Amino acid sequence: MRVSPLLAALAALAAVLLVPPLLSSGDSDSAGLRGLRVLVPNSPGGGYDITARTAVKAIEDSGLSSGVEVFNLPGAGGTVGLGRLVNERGNDKLLMSMGLGVVGSVYTNKSPSSLANTTPIAKLIEEPDIVVVSKDSPYTDLAGLIAAWKANPGAVPVGGGSSPGGPDHLAPMLMAKAVGLAPKDVNYVPFDGGGELLASVLGGKVAFGVSGIGEYRDQIQAGELRVLAVTSGKRIPGVDAPTLQESGVDVDFTNWRGIVAPPGITDTARDRLVKLLSDLHASGAWRGALERNGWTDAFQTGPEFGRFLAAENARVADVLRELGLA
Amino acid sequence: MDSFNQLMSGFGTALTLTHLLLAAIGVLLGTFIGVLPGIGPAMAVALLLPVTYGLEPTGAFIMFAGIYYGGMFGGSTTSILLNTPGESAAVVAAIEGNPMARKGRGSQALAAAAIGHFVGGLIGTTLLVLLAPTVAALAVDIGAPDYFAIMVLAFTAVTSVLGSSRVRGFAALLIGLVIGLVGLDEMTGQQRLTFGSLQLADGIDVVIVAVGLFAVGESLWVALHLRRRPAQPIPVGRAWLGRDDLRRAWKPWLRGPLIGFPFGALPAGGAEIPTFLSYAVEKRLSRNKAEFGHGAIEGVAGPEATASASAAGTLVSMLTLGLPTTAVAAVMLAAFQQYGIQPGPLLFQREPTLVWGLIASLFVGTVLLLVLNLPLAPVWVKLLKIPRPYLYAGILFFAAVGAYAVSGQVADLLVLFVIGLIGLAMRRYGLPVLPAVLGVILGPAAEQQMRRALQLSDGSLIGLVNTPFSIVVYAIVAAVLLWPVVAAVRKRGAERAVTKV
Repeated sequence: MRVSPLLAALAALAAVLLVPPLLSSGDSDSAGLRGLRVLVPNSPGGGYDITARTAVKAIEDSGLSSGVEVFNLPGAGGTVGLGRLVNERGNDKLLMSMGLGVVGSVYTNKSPSSLANTTPIAKLIEEPDIVVVSKDSPYTDLAGLIAAWKANPGAVPVGGGSSPGGPDHLAPMLMAKAVGLAPKDVNYVPFDGGGELLASVLGGKVAFGVSGIGEYRDQIQAGELRVLAVTSGKRIPGVDAPTLQESGVDVDFTNWRGIVAPPGITDTARDRLVKLLSDLHASGAWRGALERNGWTDAFQTGPEFGRFLAAENARVADVLRELGLA
Repeated sequence: MDSFNQLMSGFGTALTLTHLLLAAIGVLLGTFIGVLPGIGPAMAVALLLPVTYGLEPTGAFIMFAGIYYGGMFGGSTTSILLNTPGESAAVVAAIEGNPMARKGRGSQALAAAAIGHFVGGLIGTTLLVLLAPTVAALAVDIGAPDYFAIMVLAFTAVTSVLGSSRVRGFAALLIGLVIGLVGLDEMTGQQRLTFGSLQLADGIDVVIVAVGLFAVGESLWVALHLRRRPAQPIPVGRAWLGRDDLRRAWKPWLRGPLIGFPFGALPAGGAEIPTFLSYAVEKRLSRNKAEFGHGAIEGVAGPEATASASAAGTLVSMLTLGLPTTAVAAVMLAAFQQYGIQPGPLLFQREPTLVWGLIASLFVGTVLLLVLNLPLAPVWVKLLKIPRPYLYAGILFFAAVGAYAVSGQVADLLVLFVIGLIGLAMRRYGLPVLPAVLGVILGPAAEQQMRRALQLSDGSLIGLVNTPFSIVVYAIVAAVLLWPVVAAVRKRGAERAVTKV
C-alpha cells in the first residue's frame, strides 16, 4: 500500500499539533475496548516503547480496536510507570508494556510496587542475548573464554548495555554462577544502551560483551564481531553459534517483553484484554511486525504468563541478593 | 570520486519536490519543537515516528534529518532571547547570546547562531562525506581512559567561566556536581541522594537544571527587583550583522565544526562538551576578552557552529557502525529497524540511494534552515518587546510546560522550582550560574568514565593513562595549566634582563 507523500506530510503536520503531551483518545469499536491506553514505562524510542507502538499499530491495522493511546511515563527503570499502574487499581482501560528489565529494577530501585501486584495479560516476544567478542579477540570459542574468566575474573571485564539488574547484567551473572564463579567477582562494566557497548567490544576494550542481538546483526554479518554463544535454549536462525547449554554452561536466558494490566480488574475485563492480545497474535499485521523487527514470537497468556513472571522474579531476586542489590 | 558521483545522485533524490517539501516541513517542525524547553529533537523525532510509517524510508529520513537540524537551532533561539535553553546543547549559547539580546543585539545573536548552524552543518556534512569510514574506525579506538582525559581537559577549561571570584565560581561548580550525583549509581545500582524517591532515581535532567537555574532563577530575581526599576521592555536594535560582527564571527564559525564534528562521532561524545570547549577556545583566542560575559558575538558563533557539526558527526557513527551516540540517533536507529534497514558497515553498499539521499538532504536542510530562519530572526526578537512582567510570566509558563513535558510528572515541576530557588539564591549571593550547569554535565560523565577505565584495568591506576590519546590530552592539560606560570617566569626573566642592562 502506498500513501501519497503529500498526504502523509500533511498528516505529519496534523500529528505534531495533536501528539505532544495531551493526546486525545478516540472512541469507537466494541464496548469495553474503547479508549484503551498503553503506558510505556521508558522513554520514546526505547524497547518497551517500540514494542507498544508496534503492537498498537498492528491492533489498529487489523481492526481489533481503534483510537488506542500510547503514552510514556519513564523513570527509574520502569518502576515509576509500574507504580502508576498499580495505583490505577481496577482500571480495565489501561495496559503497560514491560519486560525483564522491570523485574530487576523493582529491586535496584527499591520500588514499593512489584509485578506481583499487577494482572498479567500476555508475554509477546523474546530476544536472546549473545556472548560476543571482536574478530581480533584471542577467544575463539566459549570454552577458552570461560577458562580465562575462571582463572582471573577481574582481568576479563564483561560489558553489557544495561545497568545492574537489567538483562545484560543478569545474563553474565547467571553464567558466572553456572561455571562456579561468585557473581560478586564478575567485573561487569555497564554502558549506556547498546551503542557505546558495541564500540567497546569492537575496540577490544572489554574482554567480551553480552547484549541483545538487535543492533549487532549487521556487524556479525560483516565479520567484525564473533558470536561465541547465544544465551537462549535454542539457536538463533542466521547466527552461527551454539547455545550456552550446548557449550556446557547450564543457563537458559532470554530477554522478553509483555503486557500487564492494573490489579483488581474483573475476570471479564481480564479475559477481554487477553482475547485482544490473542487476536493481535493471530493477525497478519503482527506477524509482519515480528519479522521486520527480528523478534522471536513467545506468546503466553494469563495464568501461564503469571507463573512465568513469578519464576523470573525468583531467579532475578536470587542473583541480585548475592550482589547485595536485593 | 565515486562518493562524489553518488552524492550527486543523492541530490537527485533529495531535490525532488516531495522530498524538498518534507525537508522543509521537518526543519520548520524541528525549529518550533526545539523552541519549547524540555521537548528536544529526540522526543520530536520519536513522537513523529509513527506518523512517518506511511512514507517511504527515504522521505521519512529526510524529514527526520530536517527535524534534527531544526531542533538543534530552535533550542538556541530561546537560549539567546529568553535565557531558557531549549535543549542541553544550547546551554552555552545563552552565556553570550542572552546578554547580547538584552543590549538590543538579539537579532545579531540569532543571525550569528543561524549562520553558525549553517556553516557548522555544511562543514560537518562535508566531513561526513569525506571522512565517514576513517572517523568511524577511529571512534571505536577511543575508550574510557581517553574520555576521562577529555573530561579533565573540560574541567580545566571551566576556569574560564568562573567569573570574577574564583571562590564563588568553584562553589557554583560544586553545587552542580552535587546535583549531578542525584540518582542511581550507574556502575553498581546503589541509590544516591534520592531520599527514597523513585522520581529522582534517574537523576535530574540537565535541561531541567539549566531551565531552573537560568530561566526560573532569573524570573524570580527580576520579579523581586522589578518594583525598584521601571518596567521597560528590552530594546530591540538593528536587524542585521554589521561588518564588525562578521569580522569577529567568521573565524569562530570555521573553528567550531572542527571541535564539534569529532565529538559527535564519538560514542560518548555528544554536543554539550564540545560546545563548551568551543566557548573556552573562543574566549582564549578573542581580542575582545573583556566583552566575554557581556555579549561577545564570538561566544555565540563558535558554539553554535560546533553544535551543528556535532549533529553531523553523530550520523557518521550511526550510518557506518550502527552506533547511536545521541538520543536522536538512537531514535533514528529504531526507525531504521522499523523499515527493516540495519545500519552498520554494510549499509552504504546495501542502501546507497537511501544513505546518499539522506546525506544530500542534510545539505538541503542546512540551506533551508538558513533561508527560513534569517528572515525570522527579527520576528523572534519582537518577543522581547513584550513588557517584562508578561515576558517573564511567559518564560515561567514555557519553562514549566517544558519540564512537565519531559515525562509528564508533577515531581519534575517541583524539582524545577526547587532548582529555580537555588538559582535565585545563587544570584542573590553573586554565584555564577554557568559553572553549576557544567558541573551537572561534566560531573556524572567524568565519574562514569573514570570508574569504567579503572574497572577495565581491574583497579590499576595505569588504566587511566595507558593510551596514546589520553597521554596527548593530558599533555595539553598540563600545557594549558602551566602556560600562565611559564609566561610569568619568562616575563620576569625578561624584566630582570632589562634592568641589568
